[in-house]
Amino acid sequence: MPKYLLSVYGPTERNQFGDYPDKESMLQAFADTGAFNDKLVAEGYFVFADGLEQATTATVVDGQGDEPVYTDGPYLEAKEHLGGFWVIEAPDLDVALRLAAEGSKACRGKVEVRPFHTEQSIKAMLDA
Amino acid sequence: MSVAEAITRVHREEWARVVAALTRRFGDLDTAEDAAAEAFATAVERWPRDGVPPNPGAWLTTTATRKAIDRLRRESSRDRKHQEAQVLLDDEPAEPPGVIDDDRLRLVFTCCHPALAPDARIALTLRMVGGLTVPEIARAFLVQEATMGQRITRAKAKIRAAHIPYRVPTADDLPARLDGVLTVLFLVFNEGYLATGAGTDPVRADLSGEAIRLTRLVRELVDDDRVGRGEVTGLLALMLLTEARRPARVSATGELVTLDEQDRGAWDRDLIDEGRRLVRERLAAVAAGGPSPGRYQLLAAINAVHTDARGVRDTDWAQVVALYDRLVRLDPSPVVALNRAVAVAELDGPEVALALVDRLPLDAYHAFHATRAGLLRRLGRGREAREAYDRAIDLAGNTGEVAYLTRRRGQLGEPAAE
Repeated sequence: MPKYLLSVYGPTERNQFGDYPDKESMLQAFADTGAFNDKLVAEGYFVFADGLEQATTATVVDGQGDEPVYTDGPYLEAKEHLGGFWVIEAPDLDVALRLAAEGSKACRGKVEVRPFHTEQSIKAMLDA
Repeated sequence: MSVAEAITRVHREEWARVVAALTRRFGDLDTAEDAAAEAFATAVERWPRDGVPPNPGAWLTTTATRKAIDRLRRESSRDRKHQEAQVLLDDEPAEPPGVIDDDRLRLVFTCCHPALAPDARIALTLRMVGGLTVPEIARAFLVQEATMGQRITRAKAKIRAAHIPYRVPTADDLPARLDGVLTVLFLVFNEGYLATGAGTDPVRADLSGEAIRLTRLVRELVDDDRVGRGEVTGLLALMLLTEARRPARVSATGELVTLDEQDRGAWDRDLIDEGRRLVRERLAAVAAGGPSPGRYQLLAAINAVHTDARGVRDTDWAQVVALYDRLVRLDPSPVVALNRAVAVAELDGPEVALALVDRLPLDAYHAFHATRAGLLRRLGRGREAREAYDRAIDLAGNTGEVAYLTRRRGQLGEPAAE
């Protein structure tokens, strides 16, 4: 079955309540997202999901030279960065979009839906 | 009918069917499109010699299927695709009748999928369902052929990679998705209709005809009132009643002619009759307890009121305003409010209408300034009317409209004389 990455973006630096205006809304969003995750598991869509520490904690590593080069901060300079994601399995994009809409409501953020390579698409690349 | 005419006609009638049947069978738009194009090329070569086959659609589908299988074999004789093609060739049963129509509807929904950019939906629908070539679509939308080709290629690649399904949406999604399809068809229609004017590419004007044809097709396929057939009928009626006025809409010198100055004798009576028949059908359905009319049915009804009248003075403006009132409730956008104000001007006078228009946040819209200019002119406020015409002319993109506005501005007389 096709797999999709569902990414949620948020500000580079977060306040003390994550991306949420206050503690109450943070807890509500956590609870809703938890319930959504349970549903994904129960209905067989769930592959993996988690939230990330804020982007300022990232390190970029370039290991292509003789010695690896380390750079503090995220790969792209941007106001918003990946804040968390789901990996789901769904029969087609309509199902993935419907789940993404539910996830978006639960976590209070826009969700980007992106398909993973499939065995078939890799094969098409190899045959090209 | 000559063989060439027969091929043109069969292309128009059967292209979508062939592409749709092959898409379902091979699960890939690219394969279907290429094979359908090859099958039509074969027809062009063979039919003049062998004659037109008794069932051209079946001949084309069979030929296209063989072409697709040949190609799959050629491309990957060494791997599993070969076996797949073998299986498809040997085991696929003949199409039961009726399923093929469903395939075309699937094709429409796939091409108009909301995950595709609006431009891509339009281009893909015209290519896959309408059978227009990439150069034709590029010319119609005034973009480079390479750009249009890329737009279509990218859309097909997304459909494949993201697994956009090839099916009619589930009952829950159907009304919203059908509305998306109608939006695409209406955009295609407007692109053709608004392009009317001197020096306009005929392909552009043909878009209106193409949109009408595709809307007829969708109406044939969606036969249930509960999932929005009413709006499909409404859109078809709206297109027919609008298209009927095309012959009177542009003067011999290429100037736009507004509704009040149009030669109503030049309107296409057949289109009007058909459009009005459809509007009456919807009125009866709504009266019989069907779903209440959506925007296209209301717009069609408004146009039916116009085509019922012998002239502007005979028009039932109270009815037009009442219909706009209902439309505003469905769609409270300023553009709808602007059109309503135009009708209010006829019912309650230009002063009332101007007060409504002045409230609208449409400063970047040429029709806003053109409407204001007309109202100010009628109120004898020449200087302000001139300024409004200036703004409208600056913003208008259509040459026929610019010509009309320029003449109207000229009729105001010299500013010094006021």
